[in-house]
Amino acid sequence: MIAHALFFYFFSIIAILSAIMVIVSRNTVHAVFFLILDFISIASLFILIGAEFLGMMMIIVYVGAVAVLFLFVVMLLNVSEQKLSWFRGSRKTKHIPIGLAVGAVILLELIVVVGGWKYRDTFSETKFLNFEKDFTNTHAIGNVMYTEYIHLFQISGLILLLSMIGAIVLTYRKREGVKRQNYFTQVGREREDSIKLVEVESGKGINLDD
Amino acid sequence: MEYLVVLYNEVYKILFLLIPILVSVAMIVWFDRRVWGFVQKRRGPNVVGPFGLFQTLADALKYIFKEIIIPASSNKVIFILAPIVTMTLALSAWAVIPLSEKMVIADINVGILYIFAISSLGVYGILMGGWASNSKYPFLGAVRSAAQMVSYEVSIGIIIINVLLCTGSLNLKEIVLAQQNLWFVIPLFPMFVIFFISALAETNRPPFDLPEAEAELVAGYQTEYSGMMYAMFWLGEYANILLMCALGSILFLGGWLSPIDIYPLNLIPGAVWMIIKILILFFMFAIIKAIVPRYRYDQLMRLGWKVFLPFSLIYVVLTASFLIYFDLLPNTGN
Repeated sequence: MIAHALFFYFFSIIAILSAIMVIVSRNTVHAVFFLILDFISIASLFILIGAEFLGMMMIIVYVGAVAVLFLFVVMLLNVSEQKLSWFRGSRKTKHIPIGLAVGAVILLELIVVVGGWKYRDTFSETKFLNFEKDFTNTHAIGNVMYTEYIHLFQISGLILLLSMIGAIVLTYRKREGVKRQNYFTQVGREREDSIKLVEVESGKGINLDD
Repeated sequence: MEYLVVLYNEVYKILFLLIPILVSVAMIVWFDRRVWGFVQKRRGPNVVGPFGLFQTLADALKYIFKEIIIPASSNKVIFILAPIVTMTLALSAWAVIPLSEKMVIADINVGILYIFAISSLGVYGILMGGWASNSKYPFLGAVRSAAQMVSYEVSIGIIIINVLLCTGSLNLKEIVLAQQNLWFVIPLFPMFVIFFISALAETNRPPFDLPEAEAELVAGYQTEYSGMMYAMFWLGEYANILLMCALGSILFLGGWLSPIDIYPLNLIPGAVWMIIKILILFFMFAIIKAIVPRYRYDQLMRLGWKVFLPFSLIYVVLTASFLIYFDLLPNTGN
């Protein structure tokens, strides 16, 4: 049990420290790497409490896909240290109120969530999660998600799909004068279209441009 | 004290897995070069040791004694971390691979998800190396590989869903045991082919080795690396290839099960069958490296998103409908 507690404190300290480093570090790429470290330590905490499916999903979705895209964008944007002087300059004070407001909202939400836990009677009960002994938590989640909460599940999928389409529509623009390769014309090319055998008389050249 | 004994046992088990893997990585590099040589009517490495078997060890020694050059303008911490990340991830995924019914370090419930998670982290080694080098060829290589690996992970994930529909468990051992009557390569043959091709793309093997295409990018993300750091990238890459072969044989070729359950064949220990299957898959990897020309990048993306993804999605629907119609869904209410 002591080892368990030690691991818990180890991962939570790493999680908190790396969360702080995400905000503090000057180099944006370093910040993304600390974010990844944060995700991984949170996933380890999930695994420690026995929620192995959530932990793995956390790694696959957040670290394996979301953070890769973050990193991709940050690397491509080349937000170097000079551009970050924006934060250090005279306009620094303007961002503090906004930051404080967002922080206050998040704190309020956290209080509501914790309060909800404590006085659960007023919320809908989670009566469908009746665990049996050798029931892996993948099965438990699947049994609940695809039966009782199927509509919420599908609606959340739909929202994600819509936001994806929205992002594509917002950024898509048709550019003129771009050379495109049509796969089917490339594959459908025949020998007759591309190869011509020409008898060349010796001593005389031929004109191939016709 | 008891904790220390447990720890000692675990370390002992881990070493007994890691050292064979590292040695087999060295052997597999030799095998790869040898096959490549034979296809091209060359001899391949044949000087050091019998049949040139010790060629990779000689290469490794050479890498160890070479100077490690760290470019002055690179981001040094990340530059050094990149090969370490690649190699650690490639080796840590082996913890859940069952070589036979008993031979597995960690028999966890979500084994297949663990492997999937670890292999999706593999892109970080390449991204970090490419970015931290602070030079254009590595960066281009890193950008290419990030897009490539993320795209092909999607189709591998959906192929895994196909297999999971037939087994009803995320545990690798149970996936193998579910194939006792019929290897999944027979009902899911198209998925096996797509898995194999996606595995080629996922491990940056030819014909999808665009992140390190030597004709365009020198050596891609490895351009600035030298000495032991380069060798670590290389070892990690081959350990990943072996892992993909192991995963292929677990998902489709029945893992440690013998082809037919009859008298002389089922005396052979399971680990031998597993190794034979891994080697057969690796032989296919090696042959493809030698005979297939490199893809263009847009063709690669087209193949991943417009061919493999829709096809494997349709196959998920087909598999699910088939299993429900004939009432073959695995009973996992236990």
